[in-house]
Amino acid sequence: MSGFFKSSIGRKVAMALSAFFLMFFLLQHFAINLLSVFSGDLFNEVSHFMGTNWLIQFVMQPILIFGVVFHFVMGFILEIRNKQARTISYVKNNGSANSTWMSRNMIYSGIAILAFIILHFIDFWFPEINAKYIKGDWTGGHELVDGYRYFHELQVKFENPIRVAAYVLAFVFLALHLLHGFTSAFQSMGASTIRKKRLQTIGRIYSIAIPLGFIFIALFHHLNHH
Amino acid sequence: MNLTLKIWRQKDSKSKGQMVDYKVTDISEHMSFLEMMDVLNEQLVNTGEEPVAFDHDCREGICGMCSMYINGEAHGPDRGVTTCQLHMRMFKDGDTITIEPFRATAFPVIKDLVVDRSSFERIQQAGGYISVNTSGNTQDANSIPISKHAADEAMDAATCIGCGACVATCKNSSAMLFVGAKVSQYALLPQGQVEAADRVRNMVAQMDLEGFGNCTNTGACEIECPKGISLDNIARMNRELMKASLS
Amino acid sequence: MALDSKIPHGPLKDKWTDYKNHINLVNPANKRHIDIIVVGTGLAGGSAAATLAELGYNVKAFAYQDSPRRAHSIAAQGGINAAKNYQGDGDSTYRLFYDTVKGGDYRSREANVYRLAEVSANIIDQCVAQGVPFARDYGGLLDNRSFGGVLVSRTFYAKGQTGQQLLLGAYSAMNRQIARGKIEMFNRHEMLDVVKIDGKARGIIARNLVTGEIERHSAHAVVIATGGYGNVYFLSTNAMGSNATAAWKIHKKGAFFANPCFTQIHPTCIPRSGDYQSKLTLMSESLRNDGRIWVPKKIEDSKALQQRKIKPTDIAEEDRDYFLERRYPAFGNLVPRDVASRAAKERCDAGYGVNATGEAVFLDFASAITRYGKTQAKIQNIENPSDAKIYELGQAIVEEKYGNLFQMYEKIVDENPYETPMMIYPATHYTMGGVWVDYNLMTTVDGLYCIGEANFSEHGANRLGASALMQGLADGYFVLPYTIGDYLSNEIRTGKIPTNTPEFEEAEKEVTDRINFFINNKGTNSVDYYHKKLGKIMWDKCGMSRNEQGLKEAMTEIKALREDFWKNVKVPGSANEMNPELEKAGRVADFLELGELFAKDALNRNESCGGHFREESVELDGEQKGEAKRNDKDYAYVAAWEYKGEPADAVLHKEILEFKDIELKQRSYK
Repeated sequence: MSGFFKSSIGRKVAMALSAFFLMFFLLQHFAINLLSVFSGDLFNEVSHFMGTNWLIQFVMQPILIFGVVFHFVMGFILEIRNKQARTISYVKNNGSANSTWMSRNMIYSGIAILAFIILHFIDFWFPEINAKYIKGDWTGGHELVDGYRYFHELQVKFENPIRVAAYVLAFVFLALHLLHGFTSAFQSMGASTIRKKRLQTIGRIYSIAIPLGFIFIALFHHLNHH
Repeated sequence: MNLTLKIWRQKDSKSKGQMVDYKVTDISEHMSFLEMMDVLNEQLVNTGEEPVAFDHDCREGICGMCSMYINGEAHGPDRGVTTCQLHMRMFKDGDTITIEPFRATAFPVIKDLVVDRSSFERIQQAGGYISVNTSGNTQDANSIPISKHAADEAMDAATCIGCGACVATCKNSSAMLFVGAKVSQYALLPQGQVEAADRVRNMVAQMDLEGFGNCTNTGACEIECPKGISLDNIARMNRELMKASLS
Repeated sequence: MALDSKIPHGPLKDKWTDYKNHINLVNPANKRHIDIIVVGTGLAGGSAAATLAELGYNVKAFAYQDSPRRAHSIAAQGGINAAKNYQGDGDSTYRLFYDTVKGGDYRSREANVYRLAEVSANIIDQCVAQGVPFARDYGGLLDNRSFGGVLVSRTFYAKGQTGQQLLLGAYSAMNRQIARGKIEMFNRHEMLDVVKIDGKARGIIARNLVTGEIERHSAHAVVIATGGYGNVYFLSTNAMGSNATAAWKIHKKGAFFANPCFTQIHPTCIPRSGDYQSKLTLMSESLRNDGRIWVPKKIEDSKALQQRKIKPTDIAEEDRDYFLERRYPAFGNLVPRDVASRAAKERCDAGYGVNATGEAVFLDFASAITRYGKTQAKIQNIENPSDAKIYELGQAIVEEKYGNLFQMYEKIVDENPYETPMMIYPATHYTMGGVWVDYNLMTTVDGLYCIGEANFSEHGANRLGASALMQGLADGYFVLPYTIGDYLSNEIRTGKIPTNTPEFEEAEKEVTDRINFFINNKGTNSVDYYHKKLGKIMWDKCGMSRNEQGLKEAMTEIKALREDFWKNVKVPGSANEMNPELEKAGRVADFLELGELFAKDALNRNESCGGHFREESVELDGEQKGEAKRNDKDYAYVAAWEYKGEPADAVLHKEILEFKDIELKQRSYK
C-alpha cells in the first residue's frame, strides 16, 4: 500500500481523497454559515459548539488542517513534476481546442483559494486561536456584546467592501476550481461514470451553488449591517 | 493555396533548435498534410537545403509513426485523424501554420520533428502482454466465451496506435491514456485477468520512471486521440491499480 | 545449381506431422549458445522473433521504424482465414488448401499450402490466448465473415483492424521476450547487406538510422521478414518505408528470387486524385461483402459523372451496370481480387470510369443498407417503417461493420459514403513473388531464411483475401521455429561468430562505399524523381495487363533510368546523421534493379495466371471468352532467378510444380 501512494496514480487518488474531505467540509461550513442569515443566535450556538467541542477541536480540526495542507502541498508537488515532464514548451499551443480553462488552470484557481484561506485565517481563525489558546478565554464572549461574539464578528468583518469584494472573487475562483475538481476527483477514484449525466449535474450544481451561497452570505451581511 | 510554414528545425538531439519560416505555393486542398510536407522537402532538396525530417510510414492512420504538433494541436485541427490523414482542406490560402515536434521530457527530439518514443516501448515491455507461450498448444479459441460487450470494449481500447498524441497534448505530458488503454484491453478479457495485478503495477511503475507527468483529468487526450480512446480507460486503470494495491 | 524444394515424402495430409516428428532438434542448453537475426518485425518477423526467443535462442531483431508495432502488417484490415469450421458451413483443412491453391491459379507449392491450412486453426487459438480481441457474436463465440474467392465464412476479424490487432499480439509476445532479455531489439535500424562466410549466412550489416553508424551483427542464422516489394510501383498501398532492400541484397548474395511478376493489384482502393499523391489507401475487401460494384451503362452518363455534371444517385437503377454480377453470376462481387481488378480496368479503359481521371468505379452500399434496415425493422417490431427509417436502421448496421473504413474514406475523399457511393480503383497491394525458399523456408543460401510476404510464398499467382495474415503468422509462429532447428542442430559446436573477419570487413566496405557515393554525388534530381518515373513505367507496362512489346520496353527503360540514377541522383545531408533521403536513395536503387527483373519474369511467363495477365494469352471463345488463359503445359513452374550481375542477365531455374492431390482446372467464377 505504501508503494501505491508513491505512484503517480496513488498521488492522484490521494488528491482526490483529500478533495472529497474538503468538499464535505465546505458543505458543512456553508450550512453553518447559512444559519447566520436566518438567526444570529442559532449561528452563535452552533459556532460555539464547533469552537469548544473537544472532538471538533482536537480531532476534526487537525485532520482538516492536515487535509488542507496536504491538498495544497501535493498540488504544488504534482504541478512541479508535471512541469518537469515538459521542459521545452510549445511555441504555439491551442489548449482551448480540447480542454476547459478550469481544467488547465487548477493551480491558479488553487493559489487564489490559498490566498483567500490566508485572508480568512487572519480574519477569523487567528483571532479565535488567540482568544482561546493564548488568552485562555473559552467563554466565547466579547466585551462589546452580550452572549457569544461570533455573529458580531461576522458582521463587523463584512463592513469593509474591499474585503467583501476579495471574498466574492475568491468564491468565483473556488467555483472554477470545483467545476473541474468535483468530477476530476471521481474520475481519479476510478469512477467511469464521469460521463454519466447525473454525476456531472451534481458536480455542476455543487460547484456553482456552494460558492454562490457563500457570496450571498457575504453580501447579505455587508448590505444588512447598514 | 499558398502558405507560410513555421517549422521546428533541430540538427540532432544535442543541438539547440529553433523555428524557421518556409513558404510553399500551389498546394491543393486535396493533399494530405504530409504530401504538403513532401512538396516542401522536394523544394528544399532542389535548392540544396536539408529537407525537414519527420516520422511517417503507413500514411493511412494506423502505424502511429507520424507525430506533428500543428497549430497548437497534436495531429492538427481535425478530429479523429493522425497527421497523415489531415487534409489541406482544413486550411485556407495565406494561412501561417506552426509545426512542432511532440514535446515531452520522455519524448526527446532526435531531429527536426522526429522524437524518440522508446519510453512507450519500455512501458509495454514492463507488462503489456499475456504470458502465454507461442506454441499454439493452447485451448481452442471458442473454449473461452467472451461477451460481445467485453470483446467490443477491449477492442476499443486495443485500437490505440501508440502515436503519443495523448502525451503531446496533455498539459502534464501524462501517458495515462496510452497505458490505461493497454491495461484496459487485458483487464477486460478473461485471458488477461490472471496477471492483471502485476501488469498494472509494473506498467504504472515504468510509466512513472520514464518521467511522464500525472493525469489531471483535463480530457484533452481523449479529444486529440486519433482513435478516440476513451478517458474511461484511465479510470479503469486507476481502479485496477487500487485493486492490485489492496490485494 | 538444381533447386531442391525438400518436400517430405508421404501423403499430403501427413507430410508436416511426419516431418516434424523426424526433424533434428536442438537441445535447450545448446539453444542458449545460438544467435539468430530476424530482420523485419511485422507479423512474420515479430511472431518468429518471439517464438525463437521463447524456444531459447538468442534473437536480435531489426526494424526500420521506431517500434515493431509500426510494421505495415498493422494496416491489414479485413481479417485472417482459418479452417475452424465454427460456422458449420462445410469448411475443412482440405477446403482451405483447395481454395488457396485454386485462388493462386495453381502456381503454388501444394505441400506448403496444405501445411498452411493445417496450422491455420492454431493461429486463432494462439491469438485468442494472447488477448487479441476478435469480433464475437452475442453468444460470446467468435464471429466470421466471408471473403472473396471462397464459398464459406472462415475469416476471423477485429473490426476493420485485424492486422493491427494480430500485430499487436505478436508485438506483445515480443515484448515479453525483450523484457526477459531473450530478444535484443534494434529499432530504427536498416539491414543493408547480408554477410556470408563459407557459403553460410553469418550476419548482417545494418545502419543505425539515428546516428548513421554502420554496425556488424553476427548470428548462426539470418531470417529475412521484410515484406513485399509493392513500392516498386511508387504508388501502392504499402507504407512509405516498405522496401525490398533486404530481399534484394540477399538475392545479390545468392538467394534466388522467384516469380517477381506475381503482384496483386487490389480492386478496392481509393482512386488517386493528383500528381502529388504519395500513396494509395486500401479499403478492405470485406466491403465487397455488402457493397455492389457498378459503372453506368450509358457512356454519356459516365462522361457527365467525369465532368461532375450529375451525381451518382441521379442514375436510375436500370442504367447501372453491375459488371461483376453480370460477368460472374456465381461469385458476383466476391470474385478474387485479380478478376475484380481486371474487370474494373476493362470498364474504365472502355471509357466508363466515374471520376475526373476516368479511373474509378462505384462501390455502392445503398442496397445493403436497405436490406439490413428491413431486417432490423422486423427485429425491432417496427410496423410499416418509412424508407428513411429503414435507411437509418440499416446505416447503423453498416456503420457497426465498416464504420472505421467509411470514416477513413470520408476523411480522404471528403464525401459521405453513406449518402453517395464510394469510388474505388485497383492499386498495387501485395507481392506474391519473392525470395525462393524450400519447404523449410530456407533460401538457396545456407542458414538464410525468408518468411512472410518477402518469400515467394504459398499464394501462387494470386492471393486470396485474409490469407496474408494467416501465412505471416503461420511462418513465424509455427513453421520456421521447427524447421530452423534442422539447420541449427549442426551449429551447436560453432560457437560465437566473430565480426572482425574479412567477410564482415568487405560487406561493410561495400555498404559504406555506396553510402558515400550517394552523399558525394552532386547530381541534379531527387530520389523521388526517379522513384516516380520507375513507378510510371511499372504501372503502364507491368501493371494489370502486360504484353511482350511493353515488357521489352519496360526492361530497356528501367535500365536507362537506372543508369541515369547512378549519374544524376542528388542526396542532401551527410552519412552520419538521420537522413531520410539517403535511406530512400538506397531503397530506390534496389527497386531500379528489381523492376527490371520483374519485367523480365513477366516477359518469360507467356501465360495469364492470377495477377499476371498477358494480353497474348486469353480465351478466344466459349463461355470464358476474354478471360485469362493459363498454360499449365509450359508454365506450371516457379521461376526462380539467379543473380548474375545485371538483372537482364539473371538465370532462370525452374521448380516444376506437381499437383498430386488437386486437379488442375480452369479457374471459373462464372
